[in-house]
Order: sequence, then C-alpha cells, then structure tokens
Amino acid sequence: MSSDDRMMLQTPFHARIAEACELNSWGDWKGYTTPDAYTDVELEYFAVRNTTGVFDLSPMNKYRVTGPDAEAYLNRLVTRDVSKIAVGRVGYAVWCNDQGQVLDDGTIFHLADNDYRLCAWARALDWLLCSAMGFDVRIEDETADVAALAVQGPTSCANLQAMGLAGLETLKPYGLREFEFQGGALLVSRTGFTGDLGYELWIAPDRAEALWDTLFASAGYNMIKPFGTHALELARIEAGFIQAGVDFVPAQNVVRPGRSRSPFELGLGWLVDLDKPVFNGRKALLREKSQGSRYRFAILDVDGNKPANHSFIFKGRKVVGTVTSAAWCPTAKTNIAYAQLEMPHGEPGEELSAEIYYQRELQWTRVLAPCRVVEQPPFNPTRRRATPPAVF
Amino acid sequence: MTERFDVVVIGAGHNGLVCATYLARAGRRVLVLEAGSAPGGCAATHEFAPGFSVSACAQWLYQLHPQVMRDLRLESHGLKWLARDLASIALAEDGQHVTRRGDRLEGVAPEDAAAFGDFQQRTGKFVKLLARLFEVRAPKLVEANLTDRLTLARLGLGLKMLGKDDMSEFMRIILINMYDLMQDTFDNERLKALLSLDSVLGARMGPRTPGTVFAYLYRQLSREFGFAGVGLVEGGAGALGQAMAEAAVAVGAEIRLASRVASVEMVADRAVGVRLEDGTLIESATVVSNADPVTTFRDLVGYPRIEAGTARRVSEIRYGSGSAKLHLALDGLPAFVGLNPEQMGQRLVIAPDMDYIERAFNAVKYDECSQAPALDISIPSLHDQTLAPRGQHVLSAIVQFAPYQPEGGWDAHRQDFIDRVLDVLARYAPDIRERLLATELLTPQDLEREFGMAGGHWHHGEMSLDQVLMMRPFPGNSQYGTVVDGLYLCGAGAHPGGGLMGLAGRNAAREIIKREGRA
Repeated sequence: MSSDDRMMLQTPFHARIAEACELNSWGDWKGYTTPDAYTDVELEYFAVRNTTGVFDLSPMNKYRVTGPDAEAYLNRLVTRDVSKIAVGRVGYAVWCNDQGQVLDDGTIFHLADNDYRLCAWARALDWLLCSAMGFDVRIEDETADVAALAVQGPTSCANLQAMGLAGLETLKPYGLREFEFQGGALLVSRTGFTGDLGYELWIAPDRAEALWDTLFASAGYNMIKPFGTHALELARIEAGFIQAGVDFVPAQNVVRPGRSRSPFELGLGWLVDLDKPVFNGRKALLREKSQGSRYRFAILDVDGNKPANHSFIFKGRKVVGTVTSAAWCPTAKTNIAYAQLEMPHGEPGEELSAEIYYQRELQWTRVLAPCRVVEQPPFNPTRRRATPPAVF
Repeated sequence: MTERFDVVVIGAGHNGLVCATYLARAGRRVLVLEAGSAPGGCAATHEFAPGFSVSACAQWLYQLHPQVMRDLRLESHGLKWLARDLASIALAEDGQHVTRRGDRLEGVAPEDAAAFGDFQQRTGKFVKLLARLFEVRAPKLVEANLTDRLTLARLGLGLKMLGKDDMSEFMRIILINMYDLMQDTFDNERLKALLSLDSVLGARMGPRTPGTVFAYLYRQLSREFGFAGVGLVEGGAGALGQAMAEAAVAVGAEIRLASRVASVEMVADRAVGVRLEDGTLIESATVVSNADPVTTFRDLVGYPRIEAGTARRVSEIRYGSGSAKLHLALDGLPAFVGLNPEQMGQRLVIAPDMDYIERAFNAVKYDECSQAPALDISIPSLHDQTLAPRGQHVLSAIVQFAPYQPEGGWDAHRQDFIDRVLDVLARYAPDIRERLLATELLTPQDLEREFGMAGGHWHHGEMSLDQVLMMRPFPGNSQYGTVVDGLYLCGAGAHPGGGLMGLAGRNAAREIIKREGRA
C-alpha cells in the first residue's frame, strides 16, 4: 500500500516519531498523523521551557508565492504592510475576506526578492488562487515538499550549534538564514509557537530523517525531547498565541452568521494597516473601526488552579462572553483563559468571574472563580529575544 | 496642467450620454470620453461597403424610454422617426407567414388569435409591474433604507393588485422557460418561435433556458414605453447617438471622441479621475463608467486594486454573447417568397419552430456556429434613403447563434458561417445571392472590439434572473455605486439592463445627484 492510499497522511519524520511515541497517542492535524504526546505532557512541556523540545510541524500548510507581483499580491492578501518584511525576515500576518473577517493567521517568510513562503493553519490554496486574478504570480502548495521541525527552548541554540549550525547565535528573532547540512540546504528561522527561544528548521523531505537523527544525537548534556500537540497547546496559551480553529473559526468555515471574527476582535488590530490603499477586508475594517467592534479578545487571570475551559464569563449576573482556550500555566504559575467578551467589556483590569465546572471521581462541581483582564500574556522571558542566546 | 471636471463619463454610449445630460443639467461640469470616432455606442451607424451604411449594432429602436426622449428633447436634436410600430413577420418557406402587429395576429387559427389576446393582456400587466421597478434604482434586500423599502412595498402591492389569478400566474412563469410557456399557450409553431426568439435575442440562451420568460417580458417593456413594435430612425441607430450627443452638448457637457480611457485613477479606494491611453490625466471627483462591469473592473480599475471577493464576483458575471450581426449590400430588393415590398419593410423573422432555435442554440454551448441560425432581419433602406444608393438596399440581420471563440478562431469559420446564413436566407429569398454586392459579418469578437463590450454582449452581461435587479451587475454592488468610492456604473451592466432604453443612464444620474447633492 502506497502512502497515497492511506486515509491519514504521514509526515517525513513519521518513522522516527512512531519510534519515540511511547504513548501511541495520535491526533489528526489537517489529515496528518501527529502525536498528541510522546511520553508525558508535563515532561514534554518542561523540556520546552527548561531545555529543548522538538516538534514536527511538517503538516503546516506551506504556500510558495513567486513572480513579479508577489509582494503586491501578498500586500492585497494580508492586512499588514508586507513591504516592511525585508528579505531574510519572517512576519506574522493575518488575512481576511472582503467582510473583514479573519480567514487565518500565519507567517510570511521573505526568502528572496518576490519569493515568499506563506505558512497557514488552514488549507488556503483556493483562496490564494482566486485572490491572484490580475496579479503576475505563481502560487504553489509546497506543504508536502518541505519538512519542518520546531526546535524550542532555552538550550535550543546550543543544541543546534552542536549539530553544526555555526553562527546561529547571531540570528535575530524573526530572522531567516540558510545553512549547509550534510551537503544540502537547511533553512532556519528564529520563529516558533512556544513564546520561548526557538527555531524552526525547513528541509527537503528526503533528508528529514537524517536531520532528526543528527539533531537528537547532538544533544548530550543539553537534554532534548520531542513534544506533541498537547504540550504545545500549554506553551502557546502561556505565551499568548491564539490558535485558528480554537480561538476563532476561520471565516470560510463559519456556517452560522456572526460567528466569524475580525482582526480587531481577536486582539490583532496591530496587524491591520489601514493606510494601505487596498487589502481584502479593508473597507469592512474601516467601517468597524468607526462603528466599533462586537467583541474583544481578552486574556484573563483566573483565581484558583482549575482551568476555565469552555467557561461562561460573567459580569455580575450577566454573561458577557465565553472562554476559547484555558490552561494552568506551569511556568508562569497562573491560571490563564482566553475569552471572547462582548463590547465594551475586556478593558485591562476589569473584574469578571468565570463559571468553571470540574469533576473529581465522577462528581461535578461548579465554581464561580473571580478573574481579571490582564494586559500581557504571563510568559514572556527575555531569553526569547536575546541575541546571542545564553551559552550552555 | 491637469484638467479638472466634476464628472468624467467613460464611454459615449447611449446610457453614458443620457447620464451626462442629466448630470450636466443638474449643474455639473461633465466630460464624456469616447474611444471610438462617433458617439452612441451600440446606437451606431457605419458604412460597411462603399455607399452602403447600416446600424452596426442595435438594428431596431423599440424601448427608448419616453421620459428620456422628452427630457433630452431628442426630436429637436435631429431624431427623426421613419417608422414605428412595425409588424413582425415570421417567414414561412411556402409564403404562409404569421404576422404580429401589436396585439393582433394574422395567419393563425382563431383559437391562437384569441389565446394571443389573453396572453397580451396578462403579460401587459406583468410588464407594467416590471416597468415601475426598472424606472427606479433596484432596492437592496438588506440594509434597505426608506426608498428601497418603498420600492419593495410597491412591488409587493403591485403583485397583490394583480389579483389572485394573475399573481399566481406571474409567480409561475417568471422563473420558467419560454418553450414551456409557449407550449402551454399556443398551437401555431411559427407563432411560438416568433415570440420565443424575442426571449433569446442578444443572449446565450435557448427557448428552453430557465428565465427566458423574464427575458421576454423585459423586451416587452417596449409596450409600456409606447411602442407596439420596432421602429427606425433616419440615418440608422447612429442618428440616435448623434441626437443624444447634441442633447448632452446643449446642456453644457463636453464630448471628446477618439479618447480612449486606459485606467481609472485612484487614491486608495477612491476614484479621482481617469488616465487616457496617451497618458493624459483628467481629474474628477466622480467617475461614471458606461463600459460594462467586466471591462470597468478588470481593465480600467484592475483586479489588484479591488478586494479579492469583488474581483471574483466580477469574473463570475456571465457575459458571453451568442449573437452576431450580418450586413448585406444588395443591388436590388430580394424577392422574399410571399412578401410585397411593404411587408419587406417590417421586421422579418426566420425561426420556423422553437426546436429550430434550440438546435441553433445547442451549437454555441460547445463554441460552435449554428448549422441553421435563427435570424431577425431588417431592410432599413426601404424606409431610409440615406443608407444605400437609390434602387439598392441594405439588409441587416441579427444572427442567433454565433460563438465567441470557435475552435481555430473566427478567421477559419467566417466565410463558412456567412454561407450558412445565406443558405438560410435563400430558402426564403431565393435570389439573395444574385443581389449580393458585399457582406460584413460582425462576430461576438468583432462586436467586443468595435463597441468595447466584454464578450460582445450587447446587454453588458446576460439578462438572466441571477443578474438582474439587486444582483446587477453582481450582488453587493448594485445601485450604480461601486466598491470604488466615486466610481459609478451607468451602462447596460447596471440595473435595469440592456436595450436602447436610457434608463440605466438616467437612474445612475439620479443616484449620483442624490448621493452627492446638486452642484
């Protein structure tokens, strides 16, 4: 049976991952078999925070955009000014439909002049192609052509240097550099989804296993561990990253009216450059800017240690919102929840309460936990930005 | 120094001229820029052979709105009717023609004649209802303001006032096809074909295409506007363009011919003028495009300057035409079987039965030429001495159906298709080839090039139910304004649609004045 006949796809690292995945706990990430956890979620999480964690992000949708109009095309596609992402840099971006509702968020890699890679959570080829009318661009889905590993944590730089990536310590956050790896190209970006020091490695699929083997063989003292989607979930919530499909429904997947969200409503207003002459959603976002948004994204610091998953948020006795993501954050030692609050609620400092249900030995308990809106995510270490990173 | 006007109208088509006139009358400084060498757009006359001229696009006048005609004082600007309310004659090879003169029929059984009386009465009510809807901007269904609500309320009330029977009949037929309606109503094949050809002229639809009843009623608006049949003006349709141009100039609008607009000039999402092909910039706070929506957004604005969803909507407009024009220069009057010269001056239709039209239509679905096309024929020189040398004649025919792009290109098919049309004509006028001095075939591609209409569609987009009213030119972009602030549409691609009617231009002008105030 060839891999094309399988219902679930496998990434180029699958053989290695299957070997390491002791729990045999698998999930489905956009049709790819991905590990929920390898051994223990907490241990994997602490590897990311204390040493180095390795995550297979090959299922990430990757689109190559090239051609004379590539920059102009991306500038019409996303809400931020793409011309400010220099060659060799990566930019976080969000893109909307004409109604100003978020289709997805992702990263734009400026590989060379008019040569970009767009990484997206959702499948986007249809939207990318139909947005291309009138532009001289070529758009290719290279999801299966590029294998990718996230190498995250305080000792990640040291481990990668030990693997042979000399000079990596000078790579700045959101920087992009090509290295030579066993006679071929290895693209490294200082990016990630954990809020920690970290890198993402991009390589041809046929050399993926060699990369995995070399990376894990190099670690030695600076312990290294693969981590699954559950540990990533914990890390990204602590770091303040929203997740498509969890914290918002991509507008093209929304069936019921009013369930999609604008960038302003997701706390991504800083990514919207209304001074650009045109981009998808601009007219609607201008209108929203003057007429006001319906919702506000808020990070809540919840009393107690019970994660406020799926909680209703109350202001007094009135429900003013719901929680989309929640976790007890082990490093920050706070109980964090992301909430969609009806305007005008959600100003930093506002006192609210979260209705939390939890179960102990089949007995359900309900608590109304006080919580307050905080301005910043709780985990934001200086090592995330330090160049060069600390030596280990 | 850059020139500055209040309004620039792109294209001196008849709607552009009507719009310019109303705007100039409201005190605006209006400049009309026309790519071609004569005003009028589809209201055009051209010489296709030495001494022989013909209405190059629209060959009949039958829908010109009486209010527009009055407001523009077209008759004082030189418009001279030579014939009005002409009969339509469905030709038979054996000379047993069916003739329709207004509400009366000749050459059919008494049952059909009686049924036609009822049919006319009933459709007359529907046409009246639609005419009210077409004389104002199309209401929006959501975010409707008071004006739109009143329009919808009037439509609802109008439907209610039809009475139970007529209302349910209206609801029954408005979505269906002409073929079924004709089968329900009449027996005579030629009569059925004569009426159903009216529903597909200019379109890429056959009698069995859903919504053709609507297309038929749209054409029958002529009755509401005071026409009992088609008409002709002296000098061909170009004379209407000329009279409209004079009307526009008389109220202060300026018209520049041979001035092709290359692009709409924009600052962010606002139109601020136009740039001509030679690079000249002309500034204006308001830009009105008489070009079709596809040409306007794809070529003049450019998809990169509008949001992707809108660009996609534009690209999905159905604007493929199925019509060609054939012009013949004749050294004398051909002998149509069973027709006297007075009858030859009427509108002649070759479409023996509905299946004949449907078969002719089948071909263009596959980008092929009809084997035996249906024809709508005019011999205008019988009324108009200016079109051909004395004793000689021109014949103009709308040919249904011709594809936009046949396999191998039109050069490989042109002569063959002309021969096919002549074969069809020869069945009814056996001496047609002997009379022939010159021919000209305008394919959909030729019409596109000559009149700047994407796809060669003279309605600037199919008049199908999914592309009319608040869905014209496309959902989210109705009421003449566009996603580009300051850019309006005033052509046939806007509500109510095509035909030499003038309502799109007039409605657009009213909307612009309403939104931007009087000057």
